[in-house]
Order: sequence, then structure tokens, then C-alpha cells
Amino acid sequence: MNDGVILSCADLNALIESLRAEGRRTIGPVARDGVIVYDDLESIDDLPAGMSDEAAPGHYRLARRDDDALFGYAVGPHSWKRFLHAPVQRLWRSEGERAAARVLAEPLSQEKTAFIAVRGCELAAIAVQDRVLGEGETVDRHYRARRDNAFLVAVDCGTANGGCFCVSMGTGPEASGAYDIALTEILEGEHRFLARAGSEAGQALLRNLPQRAATAEDIRAAREVVARTAQHMGRAMPVGNVRELLARNPDHPRWDDVAARCLSCANCTMVCPTCFCTSVDEASALDGSGTARVRRWDSCFTMDFSYVHGGGVRSSVSARYRQWMTHKLSSWFDQFGTSGCVGCGRCIVWCPVGIDITEEVRAIQASERETEARHGNA
Amino acid sequence: MSAKKPRLAVWKFASCDGCQLSLLDCEDELLAIAEAIDIAYFPEAMRAGVRGAYDVSLVEGSVTTPHDAQRIQDVRRRSKILITIGACATAGGIQALRNFRDVREFASIVYAHPAYIDTLATSTAIADHVKVDFELRGCPISKAQLVDVVASLLAGRKPATPAHSTCIECKIAGNVCVMVAHGTPCLGPVTHAGCGALCPSYDRGCYGCYGPKETPNAPSLSSRLAELGMDAGAIARVYSTFNSNAEAFRQESERHGAQNDQD
Ligand code: SF4
Ligand code: SF4
Ligand code: SF4
Ligand code: SF4
Repeated sequence: MNDGVILSCADLNALIESLRAEGRRTIGPVARDGVIVYDDLESIDDLPAGMSDEAAPGHYRLARRDDDALFGYAVGPHSWKRFLHAPVQRLWRSEGERAAARVLAEPLSQEKTAFIAVRGCELAAIAVQDRVLGEGETVDRHYRARRDNAFLVAVDCGTANGGCFCVSMGTGPEASGAYDIALTEILEGEHRFLARAGSEAGQALLRNLPQRAATAEDIRAAREVVARTAQHMGRAMPVGNVRELLARNPDHPRWDDVAARCLSCANCTMVCPTCFCTSVDEASALDGSGTARVRRWDSCFTMDFSYVHGGGVRSSVSARYRQWMTHKLSSWFDQFGTSGCVGCGRCIVWCPVGIDITEEVRAIQASERETEARHGNA
Repeated sequence: MSAKKPRLAVWKFASCDGCQLSLLDCEDELLAIAEAIDIAYFPEAMRAGVRGAYDVSLVEGSVTTPHDAQRIQDVRRRSKILITIGACATAGGIQALRNFRDVREFASIVYAHPAYIDTLATSTAIADHVKVDFELRGCPISKAQLVDVVASLLAGRKPATPAHSTCIECKIAGNVCVMVAHGTPCLGPVTHAGCGALCPSYDRGCYGCYGPKETPNAPSLSSRLAELGMDAGAIARVYSTFNSNAEAFRQESERHGAQNDQD
């Protein structure tokens, strides 16, 4: 919308204060139990200043930086999915028995929120979930209400961790998409933030903050931050048509290979910011006076997930891993017109045994190339 | 509700009584339970004798004596629906560690007159002896799940006791994964849900109180535990607790030499 303005650390704090003054619950990165989670924050003092995250398949540790960056890390185990597509959601309850029974829909969330430091991959993930849950013929009202009540303060990534591969998925490290305000943290010289509005609400808020106009030098420095991060990705999704590759390999031996390692624990689907699957349980009162339907996160890694009369359709772990990976990277296109993966790396880092979705693609691709080469040489 | 309340019995076999206590511990719900069902036999709480047939039997404990092996047949005959509760009843309990050793040797160390001890060589799950209609896992069982099982019986629906991993509960709770973030060994990925990921919520690894989950892959988890620094003995021990005789855990502890490493 514009070239942006420059905020100091104190001005950034004023941004958080004005969001709180609007009655918003401000949620953002906070260091807790040795990781960076998303939780309530009251001021910039709650941000993990001077911290970074070291991540690898099945491994995550916090580390110290040698500066005071406020956003000098990438994503942790939480995603904004927690706050938009709640892990446990009551849908309705009933009161009374038989003819007197009344069904009461669960009221929609009225809570106004502001998400602080939404990354590029996360904006992309929110856009994916908007398409799945928030738009079209079957809108999830609870998602829609929470989404409409959220103000998004995005931030360009100044540091990638070992799980990140947004560049190869085209989702980062620059924040783009449906944000209200986007920031770039500049550490070179004076510690400052280039801020730009992405919506009218963002513009209105930004206008009232203490600030100065951005110079050409500020804009150059901000571009450099993003360019540098792009060169330090933790990994990459192999180039080529992965969608087709997976669609034509439902019987590849690699599925059994990965199944020998996979615990079918479902951590990957829980941490994935786009996975949306749920189950609904009945919670009836002992005396029969009422009941409720409660929705909770579920995963294609459980047996109940594919249960039809007589048993689970995907009883082998190879079939379940294949469902997850082909849904993310292939059939999601057929269903929703985009990739189901935004390259955040969470499923790799938070897999207890470090299974790497990019590595699994690479293995299938390599075996096809070998076969082709052999045939080509014959 | 229908006129006739279902008759419930609570039976005890070899166990610590902890699961029955979970039932007594349902203070808030106990009145509603007593409203809805007729608790006809519950020696832990009342003094009525065994009488006739029961609509529902809750069975705690494992079979460890010839007498109990016969008694469970009688319980089955008297029960329309038989539900086992807790790790002892569903997997043999901590006392199933005897299955890996010579029980006579134990008896000679513990008792002054071992000749009076009439015990079986093994501690086994109730399902090894009679048909069981539903198994409620845990050491001890979760009181919320027990209430749900009773409520589901009354409502004629399926209980909400999913057999998936503890990790799903852990992530729903918003916990930090102790294995990935701290390198703490955790049995959550192979353990049946039910506790709400209690230990990881307090920064500890899961001990596997609810026994193996559906389709557990213990060998892969063990490889990871080894990378985190556990030797074979330590790996054998993590699977050798309350559910040591549950198939997937037993195989894994045996693969790591359980017998050689329990002294
Ligand atoms: S599949 Fe993995 S890398 Fe892709 S969006 Fe989901 S968690 Fe992130
Ligand atoms: S990968 Fe599995 S859990 Fe995720 S959206 Fe697809 S089916 Fe659902
Ligand atoms: S890929 Fe990893 S996180 Fe996902 S189910 Fe398998 S072991 Fe669990
Ligand atoms: S702490 Fe344990 S139970 Fe929780 S996600 Fe990690 S491995 Fe699973």
C-alpha cells in the first residue's frame, strides 16, 4: 500500500499498546520450557529478545544470539492454527429429555485478538485454511469468527532455522498476503522496524503511532534482511513436479521404508499449520439430562480416522504416511487448488524420529531418475 | 430414564485398588452414577454379598492364583457386560514382571514359609481367561474416562477412549515436546492416549501407563531412544513397568535383553 514508515523499539511497543487499547488479546512469540511458543504478551519485553532457534529433523534447541533482535528466530511448535481452528471446540449441547429436548448451538467466539509476528509461511498457511474452512459452501463458523476477529501483524524472517524451506515453496521469507501490518526488523545501525500497512485497519493504526518516514537506505537495509534469509534456508523441496511424482507412485517401495521408521504418532499433522482434520465425540451426561458434541483435532495417522464398518481402511502405516504426504503435496491441489504444504518445516523438526518430508520426496524422485537412466542407457 | 436401573458389580483381582479408588474419587459424579445405576456389589465401598447376575461388571486386577483363575470364570458367568479397568486387568500389571523370571525364587526370598504360597508362574490379563467386552486402560485409569464409559453404556453409544498416541493429547494440550526440545526419552509415541499427556505436561517423558497404542512401532522409537543415549538395559527397563506383559512392550523389552537386566 505504501513504502512504509520506520518504528523504533519504543514505537513497536506503542503498536502493541494500541492493539491492547482496542480491547484485543495480543498473542505472540514467547520463550517457555526451552522453546518459542505463541502465548499472551503484554509488551515487547515479553518477546524472546536475543534468542534464536536451532532446529534439525527431530531436534530443537533455543540458542543465544549476539544481538538483541526481537524476532531473530523462525517458527516453533505452535502455529496460529491453535487460535483460529481450536484444538477442542464444542459444537452444540442439548438440554432436557425427549419432547422437551432443546439443542443449543455453541456461541461463536467474540474475542478480539492480534497475532504478533506472523511469518510469511504462516500467512500462506492461514490463506490455505481460509480456503478450506473459512470460505465456500461449507464455512466453519467458529473458524470464520476467530479469523474475522484477528488482526495480523506480520514480520519478514530475519533468520531461518534448520527446518525452513519456504523459498522452495514460494511462501517466504518475505511476509506477503493478508496482513494488516508487516514489519521488517533491521539490526544494521540503529535497531528499527520498517512497517507497512496491508489493510485499512492497519493503515489507521499505523498512522497514529510515533514514527518517521522511511528513507531509501532503510528500504535497502530491509530488502537485504529478506535476501540474506532467503540464502540461508535449512532445506529445500526438490524441484520438479512433485504433485505428479507422488500421484504416479502409490506403490513405491519407499512407502514401506518410511513406515518402518514412522511411529504413526501424528505429531506432524498436529504441528502442521494447514492440517485441518477433526473428529467429533459425544459427551453425554450420566443422568441422560443432556449431551454435547465436541470436536477435537484428529489425524490421518490414527486408525479411527479411516474407520468404516468393519475396520480402518488405512491399516498399514505405509498407507497412512502416504495419505499424509500425498495430501499435502499432491491431492491438495486437486481439492483446493494449492499446495497443502507451505514449507514451514514443523513436521520435520517435531517428528520424534526426524522423518523429513523433503527427503522422502527426494528419495522417490531419485529412484525414478535411476530407473529412467537405466532404461535410457539400455 | 428407563425404569429399571442396571445392576453394577466391581470385582477385585491382583491389584493395588488404585483403579477402584478412581471410582470412589469421582465425588462430583458419584451421586449421578448412583442415581443412574444400582451399585449392587462393591466390596471396597459397601458390604453386600455376591448375589445373582449383574448387567455390568467392572473388573480390576490380574489373574495370579489358581483360585482367581476359577473365580474370573464365575464373574464372567454372572455378567452381561464385562469391562476390565486398569493396567493389571488389561495387561497383567506391574506384577507381570514375574513372567520374565522364576516366581518360586521370588517367593523363597520374600516369604518365611514359601510352601504356603499358592501362586501361578505368571500374572495375566483378564482377557487371557475370559471374553472381555471393553478394556479401559491406565495405571491408574482416568476418572474422566471411567465416567465416560459408564455414561456411554447408559446412553448406548461408543465411549470416547481413542486408541491413538499420547502425542495427540500432548499437542492438543499445547505442550512442548520433551523429546524433541529437551532430549528427554518419552514413550508417548507408542502409548495409548487417556491421561491427557500428564507427564509431558510436567516436563517429563511418558512412562507408558496406558500401555501400547494401536499399531505401535516400538522398534523405531527404541532406535531413537538409543540415539538419545539409552543403552539396551535402560531401553528394556522403560518397557518393563505397568504394562510389561502387553505384547508390543514385552517384545521390545525382550529384544533388548529384559531377562538379563532386571537385578
Ligand atoms: S507439511 Fe510440514 S513443512 Fe509443510 S506446511 Fe505442513 S508442517 Fe510445514
Ligand atoms: S494430511 Fe492428514 S491430517 Fe492433514 S489435512 Fe490431510 S488428511 Fe487431514
Ligand atoms: S512422520 Fe514422524 S511425526 Fe509424523 S506420524 Fe510418523 S513418526 Fe510421527
Ligand atoms: S513429549 Fe512425548 S507425548 Fe508429547 S509429543 Fe513429545 S513424544 Fe509425544
